Amino acid sequence: MNKRFAHQFLPFATGLGCLLALFVLIEVLVRNGFINSFIVPLPSDIVFSFQRIVTEEQVLRRFMLTFGEAMAATAMLSVAGISLGVLLHRVRIVRLATETWIAALASAPLVLMYPLFLVIFGRSAWTIIMIAFVSALPPVILKTLEGLSGARPVLINVGRSFKLTPSQLYWKILFPAALPTIFVGVRLGMIVALINIVGVEFLINFGGLGQLVNELSERYDLPGTYAAICFVVLVSVLFFLGTERIERWLRPGT
Amino acid sequence: MAQTGHLMQAPRAAAPLFSPVTWLRIAIIAVVVALWETAAYGAQLLGHIDASFAALSDIMSKVTPSLLTIGRSLFELLAHADLKWPVGLGGWQRDLWVPAFYWHLYVTIAEVVMAMIIGGLSGLLVGLALGANPFLSRAFERYLYYLGPTPKIVFFPIMIMWFGVGPESKVAMGTLSCFFPIVLSVAAGMRQIESVLIRVGRSFRLSTRQMVTKIYLPAMREPIVNGIRLGMGVALIGTLLAETKLSNRGIGFMIIDAYNTFDMPRMYAALAVLFVLAIGANALVGRASRAR
Repeated sequence: MNKRFAHQFLPFATGLGCLLALFVLIEVLVRNGFINSFIVPLPSDIVFSFQRIVTEEQVLRRFMLTFGEAMAATAMLSVAGISLGVLLHRVRIVRLATETWIAALASAPLVLMYPLFLVIFGRSAWTIIMIAFVSALPPVILKTLEGLSGARPVLINVGRSFKLTPSQLYWKILFPAALPTIFVGVRLGMIVALINIVGVEFLINFGGLGQLVNELSERYDLPGTYAAICFVVLVSVLFFLGTERIERWLRPGT
Repeated sequence: MAQTGHLMQAPRAAAPLFSPVTWLRIAIIAVVVALWETAAYGAQLLGHIDASFAALSDIMSKVTPSLLTIGRSLFELLAHADLKWPVGLGGWQRDLWVPAFYWHLYVTIAEVVMAMIIGGLSGLLVGLALGANPFLSRAFERYLYYLGPTPKIVFFPIMIMWFGVGPESKVAMGTLSCFFPIVLSVAAGMRQIESVLIRVGRSFRLSTRQMVTKIYLPAMREPIVNGIRLGMGVALIGTLLAETKLSNRGIGFMIIDAYNTFDMPRMYAALAVLFVLAIGANALVGRASRAR
């Protein structure tokens, strides 16, 4: 019991305690004028602003809008990314010709193309969904390819010993074996997509949670802006935790 | 008559000029270029078919300008000297006429480098502390781990309030973006150092500074370089996005300015150069991590 206390609870309490102490310190410094309250609002005001932004700024509707965009981008990512990954795995010459290009695209700041998407799709949800889709596609393709290429040879040999047809071998052995790695790619894609969705919403002042931060900051509602940013961070963390839990369920032992 | 004493060499077939992979790459590029040019030509043609299509034709020809037009814009972007850039060293002062692109590129690179120095060094120090001390790691690392994949651009209004609308707020955005991947890579890398190396260092009674410079940092070169590689990518994105939101300088500003004036060829040209530079920088750092 003492060992568990020292190993788990004490560090957790220290971390949480330090965070709370930091908030209290900022509150004291702002109240006493050491920090300008026109730059950093009182932490207590930020906490009270949560209720206001939930009731007055329609946070639930905005959250659903951002979540819907993220899900639409994820659905497109899953279909296109996995299909292209399978294609690259099955047709070796296509893989050899394009894999380095896709890897290069994964490191390019594709989100900077959002003005181009604004011209094509206008200031609409499609701009946000498409930029999230394009930015997050390369990691999904590469992870699908990695999963299919990394399937254990013994599984493939078992399939061959049962005289499975190439199609059966693919869908009964190779694809299920690669599924956990493919999900890692989809999860990575979902996270990149969510980051880009909120980012582009903020930049073009359209849509859900990103727009909320932009609107509040343009109104110079300081506690509201900070509270909205905390809300966005909270949603991102919950999204990350949720997908991480699914990944652990798919890949026990990782 | 059988020949003995030396092996007969079969005449070698001449090696093909290009491998099938290269041919496929050329074919893909040719198809993309052909499709693009068809779209560009089709957009222009649309306006001539019927006057009611004129507006659509105009937008389409802006979205898919001919590659020749983009090439011309690229040349202008890189070679047309349209900015007086005063440079000086000590008493030597001179005005240089250069393409404005290089000045904007200089601003963006300076912002990203500053962000990497501040974010990289602080990430390195915090990562070393978290990696060396399991208690600190259990107390604080979870917050960094979960804050890492959040959209940092939403912090930009705060950065503007703290640091103003100038380059400082862009440096702060880059710093905030690159801090998390670097700190997490360094902490994870530190935990993976073989304990025998640490014991050797201690048996030689190295000081803390010597342990860091002689044992920890050389053993963690790969995770550090990988962290820097990841950090550089996100710092670049954070800085450029901040420039597109509120700035009057930098490549991000150039891109959004081209959009605002609907100069699409210029925007394509700026994006193309930016992608080439970003991919090149990433490849260079990646090569550094693999070099022995």
